[in-house]
Amino acid sequence: MTAGLKVVRAGLFDTLQDLGRTGFMALGMPTAGAMDRIGLCLANALAGNPANTAGLEIGVMGPDLLVEADSVRVALVGPLSPQLIDGPDAAPKPIESDRSHLLKRGQTLRVGMIDGSSTAYLAVAGGFELPSFMGSLSTYSRAGIGGFDGRKLAAGDVLPLARPSVPAINERKLAQPFDYGSGPVRVVWGPQDDYFSKAGRRTFVETEYRVSKEADRMGIRFEGAVIEHAKPVEKGGADIISDGIAPGAIQVPGAGLPIVLLADRQTVGGYPKIATVASVDLPRLGRLLPGQTVRFAAVSVEEAEALRRDQETRLQRAIAGFVVARPPGGIDLVRLYEENLIDGVVYDSP
Amino acid sequence: MSVRYLSCGDTAFTVEFGNEISPEINDRVMALHAAIGLAREAGEISGVVETVPTMRSLMVTYDPLATSRADLEPRIGLLIERGLPVDGNSRRMTIPCCYDDPEFAPDLAEVAERTNKTPEQVIAAHLGSPFKVYVLGFMPGLAYVAGLDRTLFLPRRSQPRVRVPRSSVAIAMDMTTIYPFESPGGWHLIGRTPLWMFDKRREQPVFLSPGDSLSFERIDRKSFDRIAREVEAGSFDWSSLVKSR
Repeated sequence: MTAGLKVVRAGLFDTLQDLGRTGFMALGMPTAGAMDRIGLCLANALAGNPANTAGLEIGVMGPDLLVEADSVRVALVGPLSPQLIDGPDAAPKPIESDRSHLLKRGQTLRVGMIDGSSTAYLAVAGGFELPSFMGSLSTYSRAGIGGFDGRKLAAGDVLPLARPSVPAINERKLAQPFDYGSGPVRVVWGPQDDYFSKAGRRTFVETEYRVSKEADRMGIRFEGAVIEHAKPVEKGGADIISDGIAPGAIQVPGAGLPIVLLADRQTVGGYPKIATVASVDLPRLGRLLPGQTVRFAAVSVEEAEALRRDQETRLQRAIAGFVVARPPGGIDLVRLYEENLIDGVVYDSP
Repeated sequence: MSVRYLSCGDTAFTVEFGNEISPEINDRVMALHAAIGLAREAGEISGVVETVPTMRSLMVTYDPLATSRADLEPRIGLLIERGLPVDGNSRRMTIPCCYDDPEFAPDLAEVAERTNKTPEQVIAAHLGSPFKVYVLGFMPGLAYVAGLDRTLFLPRRSQPRVRVPRSSVAIAMDMTTIYPFESPGGWHLIGRTPLWMFDKRREQPVFLSPGDSLSFERIDRKSFDRIAREVEAGSFDWSSLVKSR
């Protein structure tokens, strides 16, 4: 019998994502991948997986997953209030997010709503046993490729697990939630900042922009002050000969409102891009909800690179700083084993 | 020709060879795309994730944890100075196209009327155009193919269609294209190929690549149906369409 997680109730927009399908943009293939790279990396680290293992990206509300395996270790990361249901008639009991959990056959994990972010992540130890497409498991639902059948999860789907069971070891948790930062979203001017007037560029960095309802994995349309193009729009001021679109590119069509392009963005486009979100702040963009506001602040390429390196250091420090998660009154299995010098205990690789 | 480096954040930059569409500029784009590929294979450049050619520019994406803009830009400048190889891609593709069924070519009569031709003359001009794939984008496998016979230049339809069938062959401005999926579209539909430009069952799901030379071959409805059945069943011999120059 194959081991799996059965979707007994679907969430809103849950897709499998890894760090993206790179290498095929020249063929028009969007990279897709996790909207919040940090959330996925932390979930994978808690589950003992390599960073690029595909996990479940929860969009707004997660699914109910029934364990159809002897045991499975899941790690949840994000502002969730998950619950565990032991059996058909059992009452749901709350469990913690930002940590790993060992689940047994017949238990149901209710991932539930995310509070204050649009995305959260669920990783399983060993990953999902699904075929990769063009080198990646990332779902790109517009073309129906990757992930589980190229689409978001639906009730009745069974996600096959690579491991039929996992050993009981210490569960791990984040010592504290990762600090994504709260100041202005850092951007680098360009590639087409010269398509905007000086006043237009000032508007962009001096006023607040609000996430509209049109926000999804492809990008976020912002509402706010109109950004002036350098040349009248009627005379082609908002048209360029199409060029490549980097993650976080901020295009400003004729209407003058910025659109930040994210994971499922098209590979090339013909609107001028005033600036590009620094990679350090892309995970923040991937968590924004409609109605939330941001300000943009310009940094240089060198500053953006340094910020990213610093964030990577903090991410690795957070992973190295995972603490043992114990239920109240529970025991520290590792310490017990070490003190008793028990041999033959198999650990998950950290 | 001067080269401009445009910032695309801290994970990419664009090397822009000009601000117009011309075969000469696109040749330089494709040459740098190939040169960076070779330099990566030879281990001369590391940290580059991929390169994205468009009509007049090449976007270079990189991993800011593995390299930096300050390190990469001069290396790429050196490749350009060293002299770029002539077009590294020598594939020549033939695309079978059925122009004869009104269902496949709903705009053929209108295109003929607006270009002062007979439908047969429109087809002949399309068959005689020296096409080249400039860029893929908008959706996976959608190729912008330039080289359309000048006498067929028309702007896009003023009212785009909500639903253009997969594998429709269309023209607009100075280009032709083949729709990889059913999608909305504003180009003039003048035929249909039995081929799928994107087929996720294939090892190479995307059929065309930037730099490919391309010509259309006229087929009748009977041949269309036969090839369509083979494509659907996954038994079609795609290599029969690829010839080296």
